[in-house]
Amino acid sequence: MAEAMRQINPDVCAAYPITPATEIMQIFAGFVNDGMVKTELITVESEHSAMSACMGSAAAGARTMTATSSQGLALMYEMLYIAAGYRLPIVMAEVNRALSGPINIHCDHSDTMGARDTGWIQLFSENAQEAYDNLIQAVRIAEHPDVLLPAWTSTDGFIISHGMENVHIYPDAEVQKFIGEYKPAFNLLDNSKPITVGAADLPDFYFEHRRAAYEGMRNAKQAIVEIGREFGKTFGQTYGFFEEYHLQDAEVALVAMGSTAGTARVAIDNLRARGLKAGLLKLRVFRPFPAEELAAALKHVSHIAVLDRSDGFNAQSGPLGTELKAALFDAGTRPKTVNYIYGLGGRDIHFTELEQIAEQTLKAGEPKDLNSRVIYWGVRE
Amino acid sequence: MLNLKQLSLQEKKGLAGGHRACSGCGFPQAINMIFGQSTVPVVTTCATGCMEIATTIYPFTAWRGNFMHSAFENAAATISGIETAYRSLKKQGRLPGDDKMNFVAIGGDGGTYDIGFQALSGAMERRHNILYICYNNEAYMNTGVQRSSATPKGGHTTTSPAGKVVPGKVQFPKDLTHILAAHDLAYAGQASVGYHLDLMRKADKAFSLAGPKFMNVYTPCRLGWGSDPSQSMEIARLAVETCLWPLYEVVDGEWKLTRKIREKKPVTDFYKTQTRFRHLLKPENEELVKEIQAEVDKRWHRLLLRCGEGA
Repeated sequence: MAEAMRQINPDVCAAYPITPATEIMQIFAGFVNDGMVKTELITVESEHSAMSACMGSAAAGARTMTATSSQGLALMYEMLYIAAGYRLPIVMAEVNRALSGPINIHCDHSDTMGARDTGWIQLFSENAQEAYDNLIQAVRIAEHPDVLLPAWTSTDGFIISHGMENVHIYPDAEVQKFIGEYKPAFNLLDNSKPITVGAADLPDFYFEHRRAAYEGMRNAKQAIVEIGREFGKTFGQTYGFFEEYHLQDAEVALVAMGSTAGTARVAIDNLRARGLKAGLLKLRVFRPFPAEELAAALKHVSHIAVLDRSDGFNAQSGPLGTELKAALFDAGTRPKTVNYIYGLGGRDIHFTELEQIAEQTLKAGEPKDLNSRVIYWGVRE
Repeated sequence: MLNLKQLSLQEKKGLAGGHRACSGCGFPQAINMIFGQSTVPVVTTCATGCMEIATTIYPFTAWRGNFMHSAFENAAATISGIETAYRSLKKQGRLPGDDKMNFVAIGGDGGTYDIGFQALSGAMERRHNILYICYNNEAYMNTGVQRSSATPKGGHTTTSPAGKVVPGKVQFPKDLTHILAAHDLAYAGQASVGYHLDLMRKADKAFSLAGPKFMNVYTPCRLGWGSDPSQSMEIARLAVETCLWPLYEVVDGEWKLTRKIREKKPVTDFYKTQTRFRHLLKPENEELVKEIQAEVDKRWHRLLLRCGEGA
């Protein structure tokens, strides 16, 4: 991700250390001090100030990036909404880590799920290659004139952020050509056309401004598909809202995000070898949530296991489980859906466990109660 | 330095008329007197508070130059992002034409002494080329007069009410200008809107220096203080004459008193002008006032020593 940032070569970065995102800015600081990028780096005194400085910078017309994780994202929370509301296309490398408490530095998705409705575009990555590819595309998506919303890429802490993998790095010039120049319509440094950013907005205008931002998020769907396709033409790998693996004739589908999707492929292969019609839907884009597309892709599936690497305190289901079920409801399909909460605080999930989940889900009858609809996988109770 | 007549004629910086600040409010005058001293355009950020609300209700703005507000505690962090963007784009040759400008962040005492303190300290430590202005009216006025760490001891606010047992705020105010001076700034100054020449001279000096600058400006709030709006400037002077708010500056580590007080007036002279201190004038609070006077004397004496005035 630091390598993607070097190639993106932003005008300004502001960041604060937090495990496991620290290494991104650490490596990037080396690029700055070795003169490999034109970036001015602000080593702020907190994540709240990191996002505040990013907002000032983006409003001043500079392409701006940051990186954070977990508690850092939580400390930014107030500013995440404002960055989106002010339509500032900041790009953030987010490394997923469990939220305290108790404190835990390992992977789950509770940090970004807690901030899922802040107005940021959210792209999940299965591996280091996707993290790299997503970060480059995030710049284009965020700055798209019909979108103008900030974007983060989600990357599983330690599993991806500290894993050793081969990554195909594209030539600097091609990446720079792909992202183009950032030319905002207004900026705070043009004194010939002074602007006021962030005026107090009362009941007579606030609603309209929020609605305009939601429209940006809706427009992001088209931008994500177009830019993902263009990325494929340029660099070889096309990206969309999600990826299907043996899904077309599947009776049971695993729906997963992040690195677990890689593990799930092995599970699907093994299940298929045993004659079970199992498939995988790997969700890449969580915001905007591609509800109609997901429902269409899962239309023929009779049983679904939704894998949530975070839990919400709604005493009902995990965030992905809730939203996917809403999408299916609207589409009029009613597969038997079981929501699995798994891997909190970095607990590993093995492909044999995913095989068990698929087999168990396929046998599931009509879920009768909460305990059969939502299963805490692998927890000692 | 512009004089008041020149200031009244300049139309490119600071606040235009028609903003919604109360009559007798101290900050609009302070802002225009300070901004008028900048010889180049000013880019401003502001903490949430009266000033932001009174000057920017959409679709109107009173700001003649570029302005940004986003939240309460982050005016210093936001201006540091803008100033950094400026340096980045300037070095890349991507700024149009005459590209000199000043960067100013403004906060009330709540947004500066309290919730914005960390961001302010951070921005100053990183030595951005910015001027931070605190307009200090000694409480959270925008939310309805709650105590801040700038509220004077004994002062009545809605969260430190003058009650039957506790007579107003218990603690003495935090000496923020001193704390900021300890950041080894290019400039740190304490001013009062009531001494306009001193205020404008300080702004002129601050704008002439590169690096991190801080001004703590005393600005009365007639609503929160319970004072006559026509008397705001007199009250702002009285705070200086009682040594509750001494005028001084610290330039490159050198402390200098900018207004010598030969005959210190008693704090009760100041109290008489505002209902927030009404209870302190009652006989039962005589001892408390003596204690406050002693602390004011002590702080004044300490300041004189620092400024080489050998009291």
